[in-house]
Amino acid sequence: MERKIRVLIAKPGLDGHDRGAKVIVRALADAGMEVIYSGLHQTPEKIVKTAIEEDVNVIGLSILSGAHMTIFPKVLELLKTENRNDILLTGGGIIPEEDMESLMKLGIGKLFGPGSKTSETIDYIEKWYNENNK
Amino acid sequence: MNNNLLSDFRKGDKKALARIITLVENETKKGMEIISELYSEGNVGYRIGITGPPGVGKSTTVNALLKELSLIDENIGIIAVDPSSPFTGGAMLGDRLRMNNSYDYENVFIRSVASRGSLGGLSAATENIAVLMERFGKNTLLIETVGVGQSELDIMEITDTVIVLLVPESGDSIQAMKAGIMEIGDIFVVNKADREGADRAVQYIKTVLSLNDKKGWIPPVIKITAKNNDNVNELVDSIKEHKNYLKTNKLLDKNRKSRKIEEVENLLRDMFIKNLKLNREKIIKSNESPYKIAMKIMNNIEKVDTEDLWKEK
Repeated sequence: MERKIRVLIAKPGLDGHDRGAKVIVRALADAGMEVIYSGLHQTPEKIVKTAIEEDVNVIGLSILSGAHMTIFPKVLELLKTENRNDILLTGGGIIPEEDMESLMKLGIGKLFGPGSKTSETIDYIEKWYNENNK
Repeated sequence: MNNNLLSDFRKGDKKALARIITLVENETKKGMEIISELYSEGNVGYRIGITGPPGVGKSTTVNALLKELSLIDENIGIIAVDPSSPFTGGAMLGDRLRMNNSYDYENVFIRSVASRGSLGGLSAATENIAVLMERFGKNTLLIETVGVGQSELDIMEITDTVIVLLVPESGDSIQAMKAGIMEIGDIFVVNKADREGADRAVQYIKTVLSLNDKKGWIPPVIKITAKNNDNVNELVDSIKEHKNYLKTNKLLDKNRKSRKIEEVENLLRDMFIKNLKLNREKIIKSNESPYKIAMKIMNNIEKVDTEDLWKEK
């Protein structure tokens, strides 16, 4: 029996700066995870549809456009309606500290800003997975 | 969700399908139980394999095919296989990136699959996922694999029509491909035909194909530009023709039956080797030759009279 952490990395909204997303895709795959990259301009609906079909454990959103206060809660809400809020919703980008805190209060996971090491994200996901999957 | 997985699946719950696929992929006991239960019941779909070297536009072609095929019936399942790293075990699954048409159809279900280290080859897991999608109600399956190494032969085993995708620049390397990829295609496609050299590539492929003395179906060679949906309808027509050919010559059923035998072979190999690994220490300690050890194990298996196996029930 072989179990793999499956992660969806998506870029919602209109900004096209996908370097960060691609770096994290590569880093997570190198850490032994199966990473689905769904590309740019994803709507929250598309992201949740993909997450369900791919049966991922984790969704990581990369947002640099400033729309994080809208998009993160929307994806979380859709996951709840689909009864899949067992999925960890995390991400990164240009997100002010106070916004990170209020998003975390809503039930969104840790968010990673500029300068974060990829190893921090990997450790965070692995730790979460081990705690939440018997 | 876990307890009612099978009944949710039968009710058409996509989440149940997705979860069962995971259980089967992870080779869990529960997954195997569910697949055994679903195996003999329900819908069987038509399976189209798409293979070819990296970068020829397989996912883009799947995306274009999706649009054309959904005009007929949009209950389509897609299995997109990408390689796992043999070093880290991880995988980057990026085929969905090019399949944006899928969001237009409620009934299209895509699953990205990492090849993992499965000893039974790609086909073991993919075959199971295909069966699950069929039982879920998918009438057409598109199975995409990177055509390097063994995987293209595996795809032939589990699909009804194999499309081999090439690009105009593939022309020169076709000689080299003769031994492998040229024999598995039922339909050959030169994608990115808006680029120079497409006609020449078509000619090259036709020449190589004419060297095959296989009787029966002669694979057509089609030019498309998947990105612009150019000529994709001709590809769909060829798929239909091939399907009709298989049907009228009673090959469809025959091929599917031999598929079952191959699957059993694959599974046996997989289980056998896994079992053998448990005996590693004993094998290493033994002074006997590898041949003798192998014979010893075989003798033990041959003791079972296979007739007895089928008497039960």
